[in-house]
Amino acid sequence: MKKLVTAAVIGLIASTGFATAQDAPFAREIKARQGIMVYRALQLGVLGAMAKGEMEYDAEKAQKAADALLASTQLDASMLWPAGSDNSANPASTALAAIWADGSDIGAKAGAMAEAAAAMQAAAGTGVEGLQGAMGAVGGACGGCHKAFRVPTN
Amino acid sequence: MGKILRMLLGWPLRGAAVGWVLTGPNPLPADTFAAITGDAARGETVFWAGGCAACHADEKAEGDAKLILAGGQRFPSPFGTFLAPNISSDPEAGIGNWTVLDLGNAMMRGVSPQGAHYYPVFPYASYAKATVQDVADLHAYLATLPADATPSQPHEVGFPFSIRRSLGGWKLLFFSDRWVIDGELTEAETRGRYLVEALGHCGECHTPRNALGGMETGRWLAGGPVPAGKGSFPNITPAKLDWSEADIVEYLTSGFTPEFDSAGGHMALVVENTAHLPAEDRAAIAAYLKHVPAAE
Repeated sequence: MKKLVTAAVIGLIASTGFATAQDAPFAREIKARQGIMVYRALQLGVLGAMAKGEMEYDAEKAQKAADALLASTQLDASMLWPAGSDNSANPASTALAAIWADGSDIGAKAGAMAEAAAAMQAAAGTGVEGLQGAMGAVGGACGGCHKAFRVPTN
Repeated sequence: MGKILRMLLGWPLRGAAVGWVLTGPNPLPADTFAAITGDAARGETVFWAGGCAACHADEKAEGDAKLILAGGQRFPSPFGTFLAPNISSDPEAGIGNWTVLDLGNAMMRGVSPQGAHYYPVFPYASYAKATVQDVADLHAYLATLPADATPSQPHEVGFPFSIRRSLGGWKLLFFSDRWVIDGELTEAETRGRYLVEALGHCGECHTPRNALGGMETGRWLAGGPVPAGKGSFPNITPAKLDWSEADIVEYLTSGFTPEFDSAGGHMALVVENTAHLPAEDRAAIAAYLKHVPAAE
């Protein structure tokens, strides 16, 4: 009997835990935007490896990666960032509430990212120097947003 | 009786007198910059390598706003909270009326134009190793930056750390203008050492500190906890930093880690400085970091 109760209690805790993880606030939105970040890291992995000289420069591959990176900045993000979907609502996110605060320049920062990705898209296929030259601005745009709107990390 | 009194009183007094002399400021010789002319264009590189803007500009500043060195950033520590002063070219609120010798004494000796000790939150323990030419070049460059009339705010430091004279003792214990990494170095490693140990003052955060706030140079760049804050500064010796030299260069250029995340925290500000350096300087830093002894 005691065993049965224990099992039932464990089962209950486990199922509630599971339900909480599923129903955590903004879980889908957070997963979706983190997916976009991982997608960008995939393109940047190719561009960065060529910029560092770890991978032989290949104009076609570089162009493909830069095209995809630019496309990722042109997605409709209107469903991704509902107000309040920040780190305090769900610790799975590292987004700060400052994104939605008065005077937030999130729009300008997103614009800077699109601009840097467009410059990369124009440069990536022209040669390794062009690619290297565009890398800094992309990094600056990523970092600009992360610095202002992400839970600080060291 | 008088003799005994003298004996009783004399020695402590003499000890105090010696202590007073030893803890006094030790400025540079007055003719240090006599034969040197500053070059503002070269001073810009010194400015970015020295990371002045990371602390003296607004934390959120971007682009040209990083050149407004009005101060105000807060730095909590176990000794109190320090506030970055205005070092803009304003003659009243900033340092616009400083001579090159004033700047030299501040950076290389930690001494103000009035002869007071600065707190070592201002990384003169690193800048002490800078060349006088670089200080002169920086002085020329700082004069070209905008003036800002925002007054400097006082540090929020309690007794006994509020007694600046005690910093003379701190300097006796921890102040040194000798290189941490000695011995045979390549040309790139030598330049990297200068950038890391002197101007870049990387050790100020990445080297653990003892109870009195001195850098434990025996564990050079081995990381440590953030003072009076959360998290820790990472170990950047080969014991923990397994990035390739190309990875380090990329990080100091674009802020991208090998996983293509971007630099965070105060390091994001550091990368905004190193991004302005010539590419070979970033490669020199990477070469030096690969050369330092691994420390757990």
